[in-house]
Amino acid sequence: MIPASFDYVRVGSADEAIGLLSEHGEGAKLLAGGHSLLPLMKLRLAQPALLVDIGPLRELSYVTEEKDYLAVGALTRHHDIATSALTLSSVPLLAHVAGQIGDPQVRHRGTIGGSICHGDPASDLPAVLLALGATFVARGPNGQREIDAKDFFVSFFEVALTPDELLVEIRVPWPRDALWGFEKLTKRAQDWAIVGAVAVRSGNSVGVGLINMGPVPLRSSAVEAAVLSGANAAEAAQFAAGGTEPSADFNGSVAYRQHVARVLVRRALEKAGV
Amino acid sequence: MSILGNRVLRREDPKFLTVGGTYVADLALPGSVHVTFVRSSMAHARVVSVDSTNAQAMAGVLAVYTNDDLGMAKFPTVMGMTNEAMAPPMLASGTVRYVGEPIAVIVAESREIAEDALEQVVVEYDPLKVVIDPVKARTDEDLLFPDAGTNTSFSLDFGGDETLFDDCDVVVELALVNQRVAPCPLEVRSAAARMAEDGRLEFNSSTQAPHGVRDALATFLGLEPDQVHVVTPDVGGGFGAKAMVYPEDIVVGWCAQKLGRPVRWTETRSESMLGLGHGRAQVQHVRIGGTREGVVQAYRIEVLQDSGAYAGFGTVLPFMTRVMTSGPYKIPKAECASVSVVTNSTPTTAYRGAGRPEATAAIERIMDVFAREIDMDPAELRRRNLIGKDDFPYTTPTETVYDVGDYHRALDLALEVAGYDDLRAEQARRRATGDLRQLGIGLSCYVEITNGLPDGEFGAVEVRPDGKVIVRTGTSPHGQGHVTAWSMLVAEQLGVAIDDIEVVHGDTDIVPRGAGTMGSRSLQIGGAAVNQAAVDVVEKAKDLAADLLEADREDIVLNKANGHFHVVGTPAVSRSWAELAETAAKDGNPLFAEVDLASPGPTFPFGTHISVVEVDTETGKVNLLRHIAVDDAGRIISPLLAEGQVHGGIAQGVAQALLEEVVYDLEGNPLTSTLADYSFISAAELPSYETRFTETPTPVNALGAKGIGESGTIGSTPAVHNAVCDAVAHLGVRHIDMPTTPIRVWNAINDAATGDGSAKGGR
Ligand SMILES: Cc1cc2nc3c(=O)[nH]c(=O)nc-3n(C[C@H](O)[C@H](O)[C@H](O)COP(=O)(O)OP(=O)(O)OC[C@H]3O[C@@H](n4cnc5c(N)ncnc54)[C@H](O)[C@@H]3O)c2cc1C
Repeated sequence: MIPASFDYVRVGSADEAIGLLSEHGEGAKLLAGGHSLLPLMKLRLAQPALLVDIGPLRELSYVTEEKDYLAVGALTRHHDIATSALTLSSVPLLAHVAGQIGDPQVRHRGTIGGSICHGDPASDLPAVLLALGATFVARGPNGQREIDAKDFFVSFFEVALTPDELLVEIRVPWPRDALWGFEKLTKRAQDWAIVGAVAVRSGNSVGVGLINMGPVPLRSSAVEAAVLSGANAAEAAQFAAGGTEPSADFNGSVAYRQHVARVLVRRALEKAGV
Repeated sequence: MSILGNRVLRREDPKFLTVGGTYVADLALPGSVHVTFVRSSMAHARVVSVDSTNAQAMAGVLAVYTNDDLGMAKFPTVMGMTNEAMAPPMLASGTVRYVGEPIAVIVAESREIAEDALEQVVVEYDPLKVVIDPVKARTDEDLLFPDAGTNTSFSLDFGGDETLFDDCDVVVELALVNQRVAPCPLEVRSAAARMAEDGRLEFNSSTQAPHGVRDALATFLGLEPDQVHVVTPDVGGGFGAKAMVYPEDIVVGWCAQKLGRPVRWTETRSESMLGLGHGRAQVQHVRIGGTREGVVQAYRIEVLQDSGAYAGFGTVLPFMTRVMTSGPYKIPKAECASVSVVTNSTPTTAYRGAGRPEATAAIERIMDVFAREIDMDPAELRRRNLIGKDDFPYTTPTETVYDVGDYHRALDLALEVAGYDDLRAEQARRRATGDLRQLGIGLSCYVEITNGLPDGEFGAVEVRPDGKVIVRTGTSPHGQGHVTAWSMLVAEQLGVAIDDIEVVHGDTDIVPRGAGTMGSRSLQIGGAAVNQAAVDVVEKAKDLAADLLEADREDIVLNKANGHFHVVGTPAVSRSWAELAETAAKDGNPLFAEVDLASPGPTFPFGTHISVVEVDTETGKVNLLRHIAVDDAGRIISPLLAEGQVHGGIAQGVAQALLEEVVYDLEGNPLTSTLADYSFISAAELPSYETRFTETPTPVNALGAKGIGESGTIGSTPAVHNAVCDAVAHLGVRHIDMPTTPIRVWNAINDAATGDGSAKGGR
């Protein structure tokens, strides 16, 4: 519970952070809210030589409305997303999900960027952003690039950022008439999902995401296709577990998680008006 | 007007709510070194070697010691009852028997250095066969202690009457697991030791029993008890698991002696999850028989207790289970047999209820199964079998003598508060419509034993010339609120203001003797001792007042409204406590009384809890909607504190029923050693409770009070457990083992649907 020793720099700008990452390579780690990284360090499962604290970069904490999307700064904390008037009115799903992460302490420290970059398939926001078809903006020594959410989650705890890149913004498209449903099965309120499901529907587009059903957050194209071809929620949900590879632990066997995925997808679809 | 029975606010709280408490880890200890323990990563292995060369060479590392360096004896057996060969050593000696067992101790200039050094100690293991399932352990196929020739650490075999169930029309059986749980006090174990200038060992400890710590340190370190001074600053919870001394405590004391430097140790949460004793851990087999009209005639429980890796206090928990075998029911024939076995897991110990919740859980669960078998409402079955209020004192078939009670009243009140009939109607409605969210209603009628150990307790009251009253107690509160309650008792006897009373505890130099706080004993024995000392001081004061007022002693009265003594009929001429204390001090005979109260014997709190849950039949997730608790702890001195005990007890009881379980894999690796994996309950999982007290004073002690510290836990767990099973009973589910997590409940529903009605819903 006491981390190995490390160097610590509190940066004043995003460029300074990127410079340090370029200089120190794999040995450096960005520190945002610390609620995923610090527990790993305390257990000495992560032993970075240098912590680059990007906490002070308040310019990366914002929610703004652009023409086609809601822009969320990578350092925006869960609590701020959950309570932002703009999120609540323009992408209420995002506010709803952020408001259920962990407990109040976690929501006041954890950031959306940290949640995405950590690459934990049990986290809520990645699957939701995947279902929404979000775009992530990363900045590196050579400038900015956009990464599609579907290309971002590479494997278990691994994302498509290079070691010298910083995630700066999340762009969330949101059709005005969208209906949505979010379902999360936990033992305790503060727990990560045993399984979670999200569904968003508007006109003739639909997005379905799954939490903790494999090494990466999933988008369920089979369910989406069924809905688009006219299936009702219960019928479409039967495809929810297809191709998933959830882990088995004392909270759930593979069969149980697959069953729950079908149940939660059905419920989420129903709430989304399917 | 009496202050007793009033909602006096906790005198302890302003400090905790403003500046916060001072725990062992907060104490300034200039020049101190830190210890940390090298712990086993294997559940069962021969330790081939411990290479600490690199660690010792690190800057800031003072020493690394193993058991050979200590040269200390093993711990003694528990009350002479446990298998001697299985007593724990200080540090592992030759063999490690659970993950987390201390193997060596590192002493370093800072905690950080100690933790870094930990990674440099190389332990070479030669793995041995791991025994993790107590049922398997009992076969003695693989032994933890080959010298003992068995894994059995303790057994109780009373009865064994072949004809027990012969007259019964209906007999049902049930196998159930009362799972292993972790006590999880918010403050982990912590100790700080230093050799004082006078050559004595000063030892700060996060404990429930400072005098026990003093005596153990003295024994193991070869000192006289008066050469050891134990102080407990604020203690952040114990729940029974801090009632005993741990090897680490002794080693910390030894290091201070050896090095002549102040030494401190605070374990991490992850260490605490493995090192602090676990609770419960029984496999039970129960059988109940009776008539179709619902008269229970016979009951038998067989207990397989998991001791964990060594025979510590957990080994003898079945003794307390046996005491409470037949619960609140008038069952003509009842038996309890038990075997305790060692397994490659953390040693078990006392945890809130310690053996009694296990008894209640067993009988309350099978009462429901029996009710279903004979198609009778579970409340009605209980009503027909509860011991009547005119039956006391009542001697049970396992020879426990219950003092007094009105069990029917508690049941009726709980049913009334719950609106039982309406709940059943709502349940029927949901069943009829096949609602995906089914309602479950669970009852638990309980009786338990408090102050069950033979120890007496010390109490003293002194009135100072400045009018302040100093109370000293041998109990050792760690959240209970003794400062408030003892102040109330003394204020009541002396007629002084609460704020003029100071309660001192947890310092073995100032309080000479004490058994500490455990087993819901404190009020009825520690509070009673203080109360008696207060009565004695009043008597002494009357002597003094008689002298000063030149009156007959018999004519002196204490006006409790203002704390003045006067001659009966002439209140205008009086002497205050301060004046009397001053006179006494001048006489060289301070106004003081101390009492060593012998235990008047145990008392038996009782009550009925009713729980209402909703089960999502598609996912198995349980939502606790309501919890009604009717508890009777005799006379309630402080309703606020009593309610607080019930509230916390319910939270922990619900946690066992729904969430908590210490899990090991088959290799003995702990899977729940952080609070992310171990489902410690939070406020978000709990509704507001509906609590009521009935008051049936006990004749056993002068206060008429029984213990209330554990009844919340004892009463709540079976009520919640029964509610969950009840919610899905109509689907063919007979029983689900605790904790009734979503996967288990769903498995049970699923198994029942696929034809196996006896499914237990394992993972
Ligand atoms: C008790 C508890 C309960 C929780 N429950 C949930 C839950 O129910 N659902 C859920 O989704 N999450 C949960 N979390 C996780 C929480 O949401 C974390 O805060 C979040 O996953 C990480 O955000 P952070 O800002 O704390 O990241 P940090 O811990 O600071 O960083 C995490 C990782 O991301 C990297 N990183 C951070 N920011 C950036 C960036 N801008 N660019 C590039 N890399 C970056 C870091 O280097 C690190 O590797 C819980 C956490 C705790 C402690």
